[in-house]
Amino acid sequence: MSSNKETPLGTILFVLAICLVCAALVSISAVGLKDKQDANKLLDQQTKVLEAAKLIEKANGDIVGTYNKYVDARMIDLDSGEFIDSDPLLFDERRNARDKALSIKPENDIAGINRRSNTAVVYLIKSDSGSIDTVVLPIIGSGLWDLMYGYVGLESDLNTVKSVIYSDHKETPGLGAEVLNPKWKALWPGKKIYNDAGEVKVKLVKGGAKPNDIHGVDALSGATLTSNGVTHTLQFWFGKEGYAPFITKYRAEGVK
Amino acid sequence: MSSDAKKVLTGPIVDNNPIALQVLGICSALAVTSSMANALVMSLAVIFVTAFSNLFISSIRNYIPSSVRIIVQMAIIASLVIVVDQVLKAFSYQLSKELSVFVGLIITNCIVMGRAEAFAMKEKPVVSFIDGIGNGLGYGLILMLVAFFRELFGFGTLFGIEILPLIQNDGWYQANGLLVLPFSSFFVIGLIIWAIRQWKPEQVEKD
Repeated sequence: MSSNKETPLGTILFVLAICLVCAALVSISAVGLKDKQDANKLLDQQTKVLEAAKLIEKANGDIVGTYNKYVDARMIDLDSGEFIDSDPLLFDERRNARDKALSIKPENDIAGINRRSNTAVVYLIKSDSGSIDTVVLPIIGSGLWDLMYGYVGLESDLNTVKSVIYSDHKETPGLGAEVLNPKWKALWPGKKIYNDAGEVKVKLVKGGAKPNDIHGVDALSGATLTSNGVTHTLQFWFGKEGYAPFITKYRAEGVK
Repeated sequence: MSSDAKKVLTGPIVDNNPIALQVLGICSALAVTSSMANALVMSLAVIFVTAFSNLFISSIRNYIPSSVRIIVQMAIIASLVIVVDQVLKAFSYQLSKELSVFVGLIITNCIVMGRAEAFAMKEKPVVSFIDGIGNGLGYGLILMLVAFFRELFGFGTLFGIEILPLIQNDGWYQANGLLVLPFSSFFVIGLIIWAIRQWKPEQVEKD
């Protein structure tokens, strides 16, 4: 064997054999673990939605059960604000945003997302009595380094903030990544997105928001660009190219 | 375990440390050492990849045509790295979200390639496997040390558990922002190399 290993044919055969073995190894691990990976991804997403709805403590470890009991995920058309019939589990924002037929280029792209999917998932959270007491809306917007993905939990008036939870970001540890700091997240409950005239007023305030400021939250110190990103993300998503049509319709008609 | 095998296993930990003496694998040592948990997972991944790539390459070393040996080594290492990445995604989704990029870069970690070329191509499979574990441990030890200092002084925590309460959490400790950034590892690794060479002067290069 070792006598012919340096011939061209021997070399090619050897490389082919190695490729086959390696390809088999990689395919087996990818296919064999796919179910578990998908389940993990879904579990991660459901955990974040429950966190945004402030149901994590109630769930007490049982994420899937609690999610299925309280959360109703629905698809909406962002431009009309109407509910549409479509399976939220099949929705993939990142794929839609790449497809020109399924997304638009926002006129006023302050969040820096480039393209916005035409549809979105909203999570209607039921209380124990069955009425909807929280609505969780996904948000996307540029931070300093990359897009940041998160959720905003709103009270049933769709104006009062319950929580702002980021699920996926690449901000600087210790600075921008403080969006995950529980102390900062605790500043959000009770803040109002809109003023009485219906204008989006929510924002982060550099140097700290005044105690009586119902729209302002302290900016993250040392992370001006991340803070601006959060402000712009919220202003975009609660503006007319974001959830504003849905919110108007929902307030008028409720869930159909 | 024979004394030879023991030497192969423990040699790379201090006496012939891949980072501190051979100065290999620095790039990933900068990237993943901002927290102990990340460094631990990365160390385990590198130990696994180095050990098994050494094992497989050594078992077929007599059949590898020398003209394509580097490519064959790369193919084996890359496959192992993908397997590690897939397993992480399946069993530790949260960590894989943070580490996925760096796990992929194990392929370019000079330690793996270096041990395959310098050791596994000449030695028998079992001893090569042990050599892989030893070098992985040596790499992991430095990673954990660097991560210890960076996480403790950069975030005031160890494995995410608060040790020094931060001012922003109503404590007294002002976190050192420099240690949060990747390049601060250069200072920490430099200090570790200095400490090791104080302890073992034979590692100092002659002028």
